[in-house]
Amino acid sequence: MNGGHDLGGMHGLGPVEAEPGEPPFHEEWERRAFALTLAMGFHGAWNIDASRHARENRHPVDYLSSSYYELWLKGLERLLAERGIVDPAEIGHGHAAGPRPEGMRPAHDPETAAAILARGGDARRDGAAPPRFRPGDRVLVRERAVPGHTRAPRYCRGRVGTVDRDHGGFVLPDTNAHGLGEAPQHCYSVRFAARTLWGEAASPHDAVYVDLWDGYLEPAP
Amino acid sequence: MANQDGDAPPIAARVKALEQVLVEKGLVDPATLDLLIDTYETKVGPRNGARVVARAWTDPDYRRRLLDDATSAIAELGYTGRQGEHMLVVENTPAVHNMVVCTLCSCYPWPVLGLPPVWYKSAPYRSRAVLDPRGVLREFGLELPEEVEVRVWDSTAELRYLVLPERPAGTDGLSEEELAALVTRDAMIGVARVGPPGARP
Repeated sequence: MNGGHDLGGMHGLGPVEAEPGEPPFHEEWERRAFALTLAMGFHGAWNIDASRHARENRHPVDYLSSSYYELWLKGLERLLAERGIVDPAEIGHGHAAGPRPEGMRPAHDPETAAAILARGGDARRDGAAPPRFRPGDRVLVRERAVPGHTRAPRYCRGRVGTVDRDHGGFVLPDTNAHGLGEAPQHCYSVRFAARTLWGEAASPHDAVYVDLWDGYLEPAP
Repeated sequence: MANQDGDAPPIAARVKALEQVLVEKGLVDPATLDLLIDTYETKVGPRNGARVVARAWTDPDYRRRLLDDATSAIAELGYTGRQGEHMLVVENTPAVHNMVVCTLCSCYPWPVLGLPPVWYKSAPYRSRAVLDPRGVLREFGLELPEEVEVRVWDSTAELRYLVLPERPAGTDGLSEEELAALVTRDAMIGVARVGPPGARP
């Protein structure tokens, strides 16, 4: 989606302000929001692409004025509501109005959770269609205004780059975020000259590398 | 609640309420939440990545493995799992400087760097790292010569990037452990260089 999350190349957002000695969390509620998001993710009621979409799919003013873990919380609340796991009214009351939904397993204990973290989630898949591009190929990023989730940033759409490497077959976020299957495709690192993206003001030496799926690309004319 | 995200109670109370609801439903175990927090607050952080870098600086075979198959080479040191499933290491040289961003969200290599700092997730960094990398680097105090090629890696897929910084001069006699102590998180994101011993990063 052409949302408020797609920030590459925007002006006016100010200087980068680093905080020396920054702690991992600033507030207790950030710790809990982070951990609740991970713990609920372990249930498999949604995937990582759906959870990214739940955070980004909102009014750009809401997106840009929410703190990072506030967006995590809003995303989690939405995923829980959409799937009928927690009604917003239950959060308002601070108590569960009903039991655990049928088909959901009980909470993961700490050991199981640690094992899930250690295993991670492999997004590489066999069974992708053969790659249409090879390293060295010049490719054009298709112009597509996708209303749902996609990982082709606006700043590279319609631009020509060169395939730097083929990462192999990966789950396609565009379908996976919407429950439409993993539909694996090859994913490539595509190199764009900075001047192709930003014009003469950019350094002639610099480049941006973007990871893009096969279907986002077509052969450069 | 009046609508999905608006008119919300103060956020700390809202998170507490959500936790209570999920615990009452038997969907989360508070002890598991504590473990998740403790893992990323005290166990997993940039000291892991620093050990990878120091090993690459001192062991040429390891460096080669790291550049060829970063996921496996990093796993040799025991760093695996969530948000590090598919790792790539990009090497800085006198001619090439790499820096990493996620313009679409906050993708970051957790097993080697821990959770990202606020600035990495912030709109200013995400918007400008690709548009004006040299300006961003200047804000971090790093002025690169014009002829150096800056490569910005936008983490738009499930690949996670770690920058292998240049080993600073004057470190020939240092042990791997002493070298690791010089390596900063910012150098492994690519917004800083590793300074010589005694220099403040």
